[in-house]
This record gives sequence, structure tokens and C-alpha cells, in this order.
Amino acid sequence: MNNNLAIQTKNLTKKFGDFTAVNAITFDVSKGEIFGFLGANGAGKTTAIKMLNGLSKPTSGIATVAGFDVNTETEKIKKNIGYMSQKFSLYEDLSIWQNIRFYGGIYGLKRFELKLKKQEIADKLELGSRLNKVVADLPLGWKQKLAFAVANIHQPKIIFLDEPTGGVDPATRRQFWEMIYEAADNGTTIFVTTHYMDEAEYCNRISIMVDGRIDALGSPKELKQEFKSATMNDVFLKLARN
Amino acid sequence: MFKVFTAFVKKEIFHIVRDTRTLYILFGMPLVLVLIFGFTISNEFKGASLTVYNAANDELSKNLVEKIKSSGHFNLVSNTHSISQLEEEFKAGTVKIGLVIPPNFELDFRKNKSTSIQIITDATEPNYATTLTSYASRMIKQFQLEHSGLQQVPFSISIETRMLYNPKLLGAYNFVPGVVALILMLTCAMMTSLTIAREKELGTMDLLLVSPLPPLLIIIGKVTPYAILSFISAVMVFILGYLVFDVPVIGSIGLLLASTFLYLVVALSLGVFISTKAKSQQVAMVVSMFALMLPTMLLSGFIFPIESMPDVLQFISRIVPAKYFILVEKSVMLKGAGLLSVYKQILVLFLMLFILLIATYKNFKVVYNK
Repeated sequence: MNNNLAIQTKNLTKKFGDFTAVNAITFDVSKGEIFGFLGANGAGKTTAIKMLNGLSKPTSGIATVAGFDVNTETEKIKKNIGYMSQKFSLYEDLSIWQNIRFYGGIYGLKRFELKLKKQEIADKLELGSRLNKVVADLPLGWKQKLAFAVANIHQPKIIFLDEPTGGVDPATRRQFWEMIYEAADNGTTIFVTTHYMDEAEYCNRISIMVDGRIDALGSPKELKQEFKSATMNDVFLKLARN
Repeated sequence: MFKVFTAFVKKEIFHIVRDTRTLYILFGMPLVLVLIFGFTISNEFKGASLTVYNAANDELSKNLVEKIKSSGHFNLVSNTHSISQLEEEFKAGTVKIGLVIPPNFELDFRKNKSTSIQIITDATEPNYATTLTSYASRMIKQFQLEHSGLQQVPFSISIETRMLYNPKLLGAYNFVPGVVALILMLTCAMMTSLTIAREKELGTMDLLLVSPLPPLLIIIGKVTPYAILSFISAVMVFILGYLVFDVPVIGSIGLLLASTFLYLVVALSLGVFISTKAKSQQVAMVVSMFALMLPTMLLSGFIFPIESMPDVLQFISRIVPAKYFILVEKSVMLKGAGLLSVYKQILVLFLMLFILLIATYKNFKVVYNK
């Protein structure tokens, strides 16, 4: 196994009865890479992520995440990944601090580590005295940034972001991506799905899924050349139409 | 692992504290239910509105009316002068019971011929009507004995009744155990199914499942606070029953609380079972209402006696956990029964728990590990 790889899959397949949701996908993600995982709705992205997260057992094929086998070592995988879903996934009726403490708690952070994290997140998001405010009262952009900070709370090796910026305004999306870059610079691998093609351009490499298969894989520049398109948007449309 | 567990329980308590509705349901509802049942469901009555059509209007009939009036059970609201007038009163709903005394009442009575009195009741409320009738006829019989003069009845059979375990026929003896069964089913099953369904709906369940927490710990962490609060709530109802309605606990308090805890765990697992099926809070709510609350109220013997139900319903009632729990409660509280008398019911509850846990575990695997 290559030690520089955060994620490695070979012919990873998931079938539900006769329906093949994920069809023998093979790809690698390097450590510290920002990997864009694109595809139309229903292309099989969520199922693939579930397998990588250890929530769903593959029908066939192999994959390792952070060096652990998705078939046999899901518990170890779970300790090494962070996750932020397309649905906003903090508790709206709890305060920011209560959310931080809860998620820190379930990843086994110690009391002093929690205090440090609390300060760090408060500084980074410029929360000031808002720590005891209920999350529901925050603007959406802030919530998403907070959710990212919380997904990163146990300093996982890999963070999975499932459409993290849905419904967020461009300025906040920009800030959000700055946070992603910062995490990647610190060596965290980012595995991100998105529907925004401008965001696809921010990724180091991207894969595009169509009907359960990966039809394209490479850096945004390579893909644009390969499909003779000016923008990622055109690449995506060309693939999706075929 | 224990630290993680406490973090979880703490978070759940924050939810409960933040959402005061939960606390109202946990502690306000039992209080209200007990008081409502306590003061409305009752076999005794006072001051039932009465009308009399006294066609005789002689000394004896006046005495009879006076006797019935003075008992305190009836309140003479009107004197009517014809059957049709009496019917009007019933239609208007101003009276619940009517007495019709025939002409020549005293004459017939004294000459030792037979005479008759008609009792008319508003049977739109059948139970009430039956109770009224039996009270009124008992009083008339007594009156007859008193006024039959010196004539000795040659022999007599005296009937002595004894109402076991509830000599005063207090409704509270029945509804306090029933309310506890209902409350536990509601709070435990409904609340847990709702809270788990909420995590699913909000998407936070995904986050929990992706975390290193074992799924079993997620579930136990979620239900523990509700279990504790529901148990306190049940104890509160027992205490309230004792203080306000004099419902005793003759048997072992330990046995009562232990069986309460067992029933509570059954209810919790029902809630978790529902939540593995339900995708949203609404579904969880509706299912809990119809699958749990109604059977617990109607098929447990709490309000309607199971013995007088049609066979189909009697059969269904066998799978209602509350039926067994109420039997245990009543035996222990009112009859002072020990474990030997109630072990069958307790075994049934254990069996139900066992089946539910297996079913939940299987479902859980299907839902979360596909």
C-alpha cells in the first residue's frame, strides 16, 4: 500500500438488488489533496461516500481509507475521518458551545483540549461572545463554517464534505473554501462533493460520476483539455448528456 | 466510553431543557390526566337532575318523593304533569331521570294490591343511566319495606355484599394504575421514537453514525434521560394517587417499582422499534398515537373491561403490554400480591421485551448497515 495515499479504491461496487448504484469505481486520493467528487443527482455519489465512511458495506471491490480497510476496519476509519453532510448537521436548539462540547465529547477530546478548540473556533469564526447563542440564530453561512470547524474538531486525517455549501452566498462560499485550503495546507485530505462548477475549479483533482461509473478523473485543467471545453461546466454537461 | 456516554446524555438533557414542551409532556400531562380522571370518572354521583310526574299526589307518594329527594343523590328540578311534558324535559336535556307515579298509588299500596312505579332514564349515557336506575330502585324497595306496615314477611333472604379490595368502589383505584401505564407508554415510546426520528430528519443521525460511537451506545444514550424522567413521572403519579385519592400500595413497593421499570423498558424498546421504521417525526408521532396510545387506553382494561369485548379485540388485547402491567400494578397495590401471584404477567412482559429487542436489532442493522 502506498503511504502517501489517503483513499484508495479498486473496483468498488455497491448493488441494491438488480440496481448497481456504484459500478466498479477505482481512484486514489493523495494525502493533503482536495479531491472533488462530482456527479449529477442519483449518480451514486452518496452511496460511494457511505461506503468510504464505513456506513455501508461494499458488494464487491476493495477500498482503504486512512490506511484502513472499509470491509473490516470501519471502527478505525471512523476515528480518522470527519464528516459534514449536505443537510446542516449541528443541533439547532443547542448553543454553539454545547455543540462543540458534544462533538468533541463523542470523539473523546479531553477537557483542556475542548477549551483550546473552543477558543480556536471562536477566534477563527470571529464569534466573540456568541458562543452561548443558540445555533438556530446564526446566519446560514456561519452555520456552515461552524459545521466545518466541528467536523475538523478531532483533527481527522480526511474530511468528507457532502455538498457543504448548498444555498450559501458566493462571498461566504469563498470564505468557506479558504477554510478548506487552510485545512488542506495542514495536511488534511479533503473529499468534497459539490454542484457548483466554480468550486470544482478550486479542487486539485476531480472525478465525475455518471450512472455509478467514474467517467472522468484528473485536474480541472486536464479535464478541460480532454473534453475540449472552456469551463468545468461544459465538461460536466458533455459527460452528463452522453 | 463512559465519558462519551455522559457527553451524550448531557446533550440530550440540553435538548429537553431547551424544549420546555418535553417537560410539560413529561410532568404536566400526568398531573392533568390524574386530576381529570380523578374528578370526572367516578361511579358515585350526587344531585342527578330528577323530574317527577306524580299522578297520585297523595300522602304516600309525596313521602316517597321526599325520601328520594333527601338522599342527596337526586335533585328534583321539576314536577311534571303529563307524560308528554316529561318527555319534553328529557328532550331539552334538563333531567336525567324521571319517576312516574300512577294514580291511586296509596290506595293500591295500602289495599295490598300491587302497584307500580316507572323509572325513566336518559340512556344516551348508558352507564350513568344504569347507575341511576339501580340507586332509585333500591330506594323505592327500601321505602316499600318501611311502609308495608306490620305485615311480617314470613321469611327473608338477606343478601350481604362485600366489595373486595376497593370497598368504597373508588374510581381512583382503577385509574391511577391505568394512568401510570398510559403515561409511561406515551413518554417513553413516543418521546424516544420522536427524538430518534428527529435526528434522522435533521441529518444529525448521519453524523453520529459516522462518528466512532457504536450504534447501540447512540440509542442507549438517547433513551436514558427519557427513561429516568419517565420513571420519576410514574412515581409522581403513584404519590399523587396516594395523597389526593387515597390509593394505597398494600404490597411491596420494591416489586411495584421494579415492574414499573420493566414496563418502562418495554415501552422504550417499542419507541426505538418505531423509530427504526419511521423516517420523520410526523410518522413517528402518528404511529405512536395509533399503535400505542389508543390500544393502551382502550384495550388494556384501563377504561373498558376486556372480558366484555368481542373475541377479536380480546385477542388483540393480549399483545398490549399495558394490559399485563395494569394487572400487576393492581394486584400489588390493591391486593398486596407478591411476586408469586404476578410472575406470569411479569414473564409475559419479559418475553415481549425480548422479542422487541431482537426485532429492533435486526431492523437497526437493515437501516444503518445496508
